[in-house]
Amino acid sequence: MIENADQIFVILLHWLVGLVPEPWRPWLSYLLIIAAIMGVFGGLFAAATIAERKILGRIQNRYGPNRIKMFGIKTFGLIQPIADGIKMLIKEDIVPHAADKVVHYLAPIVLTTPIWMTFAVLPMGRNMTALDMDAGILFYFAMGSATELAVFMAGWSSHNKYSLLGSMRAIAQMISYEVPLVLSTIPVLMLAGTLSLTRVVDAQGGYLLGGFIPHWFILTPWGFAGCIIFLLAAMAESNRSPFDLPEGESEIIAGYLTEYSGFKYALFFLGEYVGMLAVSAMLVTLFLGGWHAPMKALEFIPSWIWFFGKTICVILLYIWSRATFPRIRLDQLLTFSWKFLVPLALANLVVAAVWHFTNGWATPLWASVRWLLCLFLIAVPFVLLGRSLDNKKQSPRLYHYAE
Amino acid sequence: MPNNIAFYILAALTLCSAIAAMALRNMVHCALCAAGAFAGIALVFLHLDAEFAGLAQILVYVGAVAILVLFAVLLTRGEEIKANIRRASRSWFSGVCASALVFAGIIVPIAYSPGLKHTPAATASAPVQKLGESFVNEYVLPLEVLGLLLTAALLGAVVIAMQDKKEETKSISQPENHPVQKEAVQ
Repeated sequence: MIENADQIFVILLHWLVGLVPEPWRPWLSYLLIIAAIMGVFGGLFAAATIAERKILGRIQNRYGPNRIKMFGIKTFGLIQPIADGIKMLIKEDIVPHAADKVVHYLAPIVLTTPIWMTFAVLPMGRNMTALDMDAGILFYFAMGSATELAVFMAGWSSHNKYSLLGSMRAIAQMISYEVPLVLSTIPVLMLAGTLSLTRVVDAQGGYLLGGFIPHWFILTPWGFAGCIIFLLAAMAESNRSPFDLPEGESEIIAGYLTEYSGFKYALFFLGEYVGMLAVSAMLVTLFLGGWHAPMKALEFIPSWIWFFGKTICVILLYIWSRATFPRIRLDQLLTFSWKFLVPLALANLVVAAVWHFTNGWATPLWASVRWLLCLFLIAVPFVLLGRSLDNKKQSPRLYHYAE
Repeated sequence: MPNNIAFYILAALTLCSAIAAMALRNMVHCALCAAGAFAGIALVFLHLDAEFAGLAQILVYVGAVAILVLFAVLLTRGEEIKANIRRASRSWFSGVCASALVFAGIIVPIAYSPGLKHTPAATASAPVQKLGESFVNEYVLPLEVLGLLLTAALLGAVVIAMQDKKEETKSISQPENHPVQKEAVQ
């Protein structure tokens, strides 16, 4: 019974595929997997938008959306995403007269397509990877890098100075934070010895101390540091507050989104949220044990519940940080990446190497010595780099064109 | 047969983007079409089961080189040059000869290479792990030389950026340069 609950979607897929004649089976299988991914993550996107608005409202001591009714029944604002979707669909799509029409039209498509494709390589449960690629992590980052081009297309084709400024900011931010994002995953690849996400999750299976402590990478010193770096860099990659300068409405209206309206704007909005979902799922896969349960006693709960539960927790963390941190300045943003996150991620590589070569220290005493040694090796650069970020030591900010 | 159809679609996509990158008048459109051609080549690599080459192609060419080209186009004000470009150059004949020679120089060695006579392996020929192992064992010297070259380029870029900053800190340390005080003096 437990086995069945864990594998219910795999069994369902096999049963449905078995209903059609042989030559159609692979095509139906692809179609069903794509439909499932788009349905589940589309639903999660809707849930994330309403959760964000409600939680932000609660934190800022207001109600959030609460008026929408369906067939006269009060829903406490919970079906707001449906109303938003209908509103976006029936809005007029305004294209500026001076805009480059073709590029303006293509930009939201180029942005959203690669982001949806990243879900193909994520293991969402036991035997639940749509495309078990040998180089899954590389696929994920390759698809992520394609979005920079879309942001440029959106900003340039609008023929609006705020759009161009916003897209330049976004590209500078994305290129700067892609480096620590990729560098923070390299220790995981080194220690797991593979580029395949399925095998990264397999490497985090098993428990210590009688089934109470899981074998997740976040519980090692290099994994903890890598997880924090990945979290911050991912926040900046997906243009989330406090790194939302490209859309800083008090400075440049809405950045590269200024000239977009109607459903094209909705596609950008979707791209941002789905990108956040994808990067949260990636964080769960790389550092939080993927679909593995946190304790041996809890393994009876299906693996996909663990995966989606952990992903939702990471998303709630994102929403919480949006409500509590002020937006940072562009120079602070770039300094933080190049002078703090990148050197720290490089130091983390050394720590991962030390961890790898002390693999033989198996007795409890030596294992704790190994743990503390690695913690020391990452804590020292953290403190030193953190001191170098001190405001008093930095030269005053230069305003090149404002004086 | 379906494999061949996929190849023809990808080839058509790549060739059309490459031709558009040459033929369009707007420089930014050309750069975007070049990015499309890079992506098409990456898809051909993926279609041939060369996962690492294909994904690295997307990561480096579509993600980085295309952005670099676009920045270069924007910084050099491509739109002003646009008016002077003639579609058919006067020296088109020598151009055709040169490109034919280059094409022959690439295609002839490929056609006579012994690699073509081997039957292709049924499974993926270059798994990522094997590729990595050969990088750090067999080809470690080229890898290190490349690393050194890239580090030198990175340091050069930092040095160029540093000089600019020094001059400006100098100018800001002189109080006369401050606009408010300047006005007060006048």
